Amino acid sequence: MLTRKIEVLVGLFLLSGLAAFLILVFNVANVEVKTGDNSYTLHAKFDNIGGLKVRSPVKVGGVVVGRVSAIELDPERLVPVVSLSMDKQYKYFPETSSLSILTSGLLGEQFLGLSPGFMDDDIEMLVDGDSIDDTHSALVLEELIGQFLYSAGTKD
Amino acid sequence: MTQKHNSLVEIQNMAFSRGSHVIYEDISLSIPTGKVTAIMGPSGIGKTTLLKLIGGQLNPDKGKVLFDGTDVHQCNRNELFALRKRMSMLFQSGALFTDINVFDNVAFALREHSGLPEAIIRRIVLMKLEAVGLRGAAKLMPTELSGGMQRRAALARAIALEPEIILYDEPFAGQDPISMGVLVKLIRELSDALNLTSVVVSHDVDEVLGIADYVYVLADKRIIAHGTPDELRLADNPQLKQFIEGEPDGPVPFHYPAPDYKKELLSGLD
Amino acid sequence: MGLTEQIAKLGRSAIELVTGLGRAGLMLWGAIAHRPRLKKGLPLLIKQLYVIGVQSMVIILVSGLFIGMVLALQGYNILVGFGTEESLGPMVALSLLRELGPVVTALLFAGRAGSALTAELALMKSTEQLSSLEMMAVDPLRQIIAPRFWAGVISLPLLALMFTAIGIYGGHIVGVEWKGIDSGAFWSILQSSVEWRQDIVNCMIKSLLFAVVVTWIALYRGYHVIPNPEGISRATTQTVVQSSLAVLALDFLLTAMMFGS
Repeated sequence: MLTRKIEVLVGLFLLSGLAAFLILVFNVANVEVKTGDNSYTLHAKFDNIGGLKVRSPVKVGGVVVGRVSAIELDPERLVPVVSLSMDKQYKYFPETSSLSILTSGLLGEQFLGLSPGFMDDDIEMLVDGDSIDDTHSALVLEELIGQFLYSAGTKD
Repeated sequence: MTQKHNSLVEIQNMAFSRGSHVIYEDISLSIPTGKVTAIMGPSGIGKTTLLKLIGGQLNPDKGKVLFDGTDVHQCNRNELFALRKRMSMLFQSGALFTDINVFDNVAFALREHSGLPEAIIRRIVLMKLEAVGLRGAAKLMPTELSGGMQRRAALARAIALEPEIILYDEPFAGQDPISMGVLVKLIRELSDALNLTSVVVSHDVDEVLGIADYVYVLADKRIIAHGTPDELRLADNPQLKQFIEGEPDGPVPFHYPAPDYKKELLSGLD
Repeated sequence: MGLTEQIAKLGRSAIELVTGLGRAGLMLWGAIAHRPRLKKGLPLLIKQLYVIGVQSMVIILVSGLFIGMVLALQGYNILVGFGTEESLGPMVALSLLRELGPVVTALLFAGRAGSALTAELALMKSTEQLSSLEMMAVDPLRQIIAPRFWAGVISLPLLALMFTAIGIYGGHIVGVEWKGIDSGAFWSILQSSVEWRQDIVNCMIKSLLFAVVVTWIALYRGYHVIPNPEGISRATTQTVVQSSLAVLALDFLLTAMMFGS
């Protein structure tokens, strides 16, 4: 009743549907399969994260070394806690490294800039679960303008 | 036909209406086992409806339809399906499945219900097709057949499961004389050879009187006459005479009911 | 008297609507509330996947490509005025994933496969094929309606995914190949703004619901057709009109639920 041609075409149809799905998931949404081995997690507290979002990149000198995996609010100190999923390939960052929230271009998206700190014999490397203490919050344009106006006012 | 155990289908005091339109007021008839019974009547009288009532596709308002002693309309779905495996219906249009070929059409019910291996099904199908003279057309699609051949293919499909009764809905309508002759011969032969009970619904008087063992004539929501073909030819019921002789005017009037002709012509526009 | 007649008319149409819904519900229930029969059901399903899915693929792929290209062209002309033509990627991808992919695919599907389903069923009914199945003790709901329903529900989401994927590719052709946006910028901004849960999962939920609605309407219109030529042509038209309206209304509801807050 069914010809072979129909069976093959239906098979191809289902495969193209699957292919379209995979393209959308991996190429368009860029979902990364987490195998657990390829990343390690760091935490950082900020005063203000501005427009930082989950999946925003973490960059060192422009090279993406990880992504923001979660943003939560510390229930006690009421400040944002950002979790970073870092690529295992880049695991030689000393404890003294600092994080700042930067903006690409004037109005572009925000990302985390990681500045590797100095290294010394008694300074350890960051490992899974560690926190980065030296953080610089996002620049909020309104605050900046306020400060500017204030300082301009005091000069007179 | 008076002995109860001799009739396969028995209709008792049945009434049926579609909405406000009454189709049957009160009809009773019985269909004898192993015989060809014809049900005749003018078009639009609900002859097809009668077959659908027997097959359990429609429910009567009153009365009963008994198939081999079982009330068709008291059955649940499974019991009804079990009954239907013993009946078969030849639809006016043939009703072949248009998306599969003639062979698969005939094999359809066998594949659904018999559970037989494909090799045996193939043999049965070829035998049924041979019986209707269409073995050579097994691989054709239904649309490639002429109207008469479609009906023969449908007949092969109808007898595939070897039913006890076949309900023929207008088997002769719109056929040329040759196909008509072929169908008449097939119905008679099948009935005799397989000891089938046949119910033929038709308004083709000559063909029906030629093959039927017993005839019921329906008109005006009732059965107006019944008997063997010879009895009917001799009867002097004017309504029956008009139907059998094919007279244009008579008890069944030529005119649709209307107000007085002269009055309507002379009256002004409303 | 005019008023009473109006009220009576309103009441009649309300009753008709409720009976219609009831009949449609019973039809679907009768079709799918069974244990699936793998051996007999699978060949029927494959055949319908061919008729409903494979045969709709060409119109879906071609439309998807062109809609993606047109979207990119129009978007580019607007975005270039703000100097943000790099955002073309997310604009095309998000419009397609969130709205155009599911909705346009469903509308095209209603026109291509829905009308064909209605016409096929209506023809089967008027040539007594459905009655004939009944008389052969085969349930037409299981034999005819069920495989068509499942094939529609499987096909439409797959077609919507294909439409979206090829639409984004069309946007890429116009934006990158023709207008000269940097390929890296196009993809990286696109990728950082499309989200798996928010955009792709919602796209699939939408097209799945559209599939149920369109296929259901098409099957109901065909199965309960008035079996004459006028009834068949009316049923086919009704399928396209009603399923298109249903898709658009449902889309508004779903968008409000998914992206409203």
